[in-house]
Amino acid sequence: MSDIRPGGPVFAPEEVETPPKEVSKSSKPASLWTDAWRDLRRRPIFIASCCIIAVLVVMAIWPSLFSSIDPFNARTCELATARQLPSAGHPFGRDNLGCDLYARTIYGAANSLVIGISTSVFAAIIGGLLGLIAGFFGGATDTVASRITEIFFAIPSILGALLIGSTFRGSGLGIWLVVISLTLLGWPMTFRIMRAAVITAKSQDFVIAARALGAGSARIMFRHLLPNALAPVIVVATINLGGFIAAEAALSYLGVGVQPPEISWGLMIADAQRRFLEAPLPLIFPAVFLSVTVLAFIMLGDAVRDALDPKLR
Amino acid sequence: MASSDRILEVRDLVKHFPLNQGILFKRQIGAIKAVDGVSFDLHRGETLGIVGESGCGKSTLAKVLMALERPTSGSVKINGRDIGRAKGAELKRMRRNIQMVMQDPYTSLNPRMTVGDIVGEPYEIHTEVAPKGDRRKKVQDLLEVVGLNPDHINRYPHQFSGGQRQRIGIARGLALQPEIIVCDEPVSALDVSIQAQVINLLERLQNEFHLAYIFIAHDLSVVRHISDRVGVMYLGKFVELGKDTEIYDKPAHPYTQALLSAVPVPDPEGREQRERIILQGDPPSPANPPSGCRFRTRCWKAQEICAEEEPLLQIRPGTGHESACHFAETHDVVHIG
Repeated sequence: MSDIRPGGPVFAPEEVETPPKEVSKSSKPASLWTDAWRDLRRRPIFIASCCIIAVLVVMAIWPSLFSSIDPFNARTCELATARQLPSAGHPFGRDNLGCDLYARTIYGAANSLVIGISTSVFAAIIGGLLGLIAGFFGGATDTVASRITEIFFAIPSILGALLIGSTFRGSGLGIWLVVISLTLLGWPMTFRIMRAAVITAKSQDFVIAARALGAGSARIMFRHLLPNALAPVIVVATINLGGFIAAEAALSYLGVGVQPPEISWGLMIADAQRRFLEAPLPLIFPAVFLSVTVLAFIMLGDAVRDALDPKLR
Repeated sequence: MASSDRILEVRDLVKHFPLNQGILFKRQIGAIKAVDGVSFDLHRGETLGIVGESGCGKSTLAKVLMALERPTSGSVKINGRDIGRAKGAELKRMRRNIQMVMQDPYTSLNPRMTVGDIVGEPYEIHTEVAPKGDRRKKVQDLLEVVGLNPDHINRYPHQFSGGQRQRIGIARGLALQPEIIVCDEPVSALDVSIQAQVINLLERLQNEFHLAYIFIAHDLSVVRHISDRVGVMYLGKFVELGKDTEIYDKPAHPYTQALLSAVPVPDPEGREQRERIILQGDPPSPANPPSGCRFRTRCWKAQEICAEEEPLLQIRPGTGHESACHFAETHDVVHIG
């Protein structure tokens, strides 16, 4: 099944088409993604944000690689040394309770990433599926789904999350309560994007051709519409990821997000702000980590969007 | 021709698109009469060309024939069964007999699927046509039949030129071995040199597989080249229907004559002498067509009867084929001078 045939013309000057690079039958790389990948590899912003995210992921999975102190062990904290400035063995100093700030900052990455990524994925799946269905069937289905979306859009997100968070505080869901409340408030964005992309794709000739062949709704939706409408949803999901991480910090700061003894950058900021004027470092370090993480995901989303949009090339 | 040869029978086909107004309570205030009473037959192995200017209902007619739109009234019978009323499994089975080749080869192929998947999709939908193990071989055979390299089965549409893409579209249409192929302007998006190749391919396939074509185009010379019979459409109706020689050499309807007089002539000498019929104004809106004869507002022969009585498509005295004009008379526009 090779495209290179022995004895064939080696050089064809009129040939504009380039033979595909090892297109195997099982994995089907879409041309758009191949092009986008080629474009992305040359973008410094993409490479920088990928490096930051890679470090964060390693930090979330194996925090002990970065810090020998286990912040969940209460014996590592000494009240007497509270708000100590950076010193040997404690590069970020100590927080209000005398715990090692560096270890806590490192261990806080896991919750931020888990919440950010799961919320983004769930919101993309729920919003994407509903958007696909609403955009494809149109009519009454679309009207009902769109009105429901508008109701969710009308809820101020922090207020809504506060409400859900304080109502179900004792449910024992832990960080998943944050994921659920942020997903509930976040899916309408992906819904709208998916619906618009599906409506655009639906009127294309290849969809009409599939209908003329006798293809059913499921085949048209998942074989023809979804692959052609996925790109904008992925872009929005990536950009939103940063927003969800920031929202988690905000909720934890307000007391309805991650609960102690879990560690989260938002919680650390909340603890530190009471003594910010005398000891700014316990607030500054988690805040910087948070900002860099959010920025990295937003930059990644931006770069992916630019690479996927041929008009911006 | 014997009636057993007749594979497509279209009778009084009407397709109106409702025009709605109102924000909350939609009410119908009229209808776009895209196709308004079209009847014709298509025989096995025959090509029927359909010509007419933009907006005359050619593409809507194609969509109704393909059962992509339901007719408002009238029937489209394939081998005696009405595809316009068929549903579910019956409709799916009937689709195997009528396929289409679309106008734009750049939008009619899914950019995310390989050529093998595009041409093989008919077999995935109609699983009874080919067992799973044979499909890849069948797809490669089809690619070869339409003049493409069967080794390119794993390529994506964007790796092909416009003419090659149109061949892929034709291979997809052939996959189910239909008896009828509706070609909706299959070459108008292609370069002139490529047009000839694709037309020749369509002719070769017709002989090989005994296909019947409905060939929709606005290019009169292309239609003449491929068609056995030609129908001329104006505002949703046939104004003239006959053999290609009759339509081109002895056009009887004034609209056909005007169309033919606009065909570019490659000979610079004949060009100076021939007659040019320039029509005044634009075609009227299909939402509100003129009474009686629809062409009367632009016709130089129009008289009172044209506004009062609608001329039927029938054989008129002095002409050998059907035309819908009260004052039909043959007039050779092309060969004058």
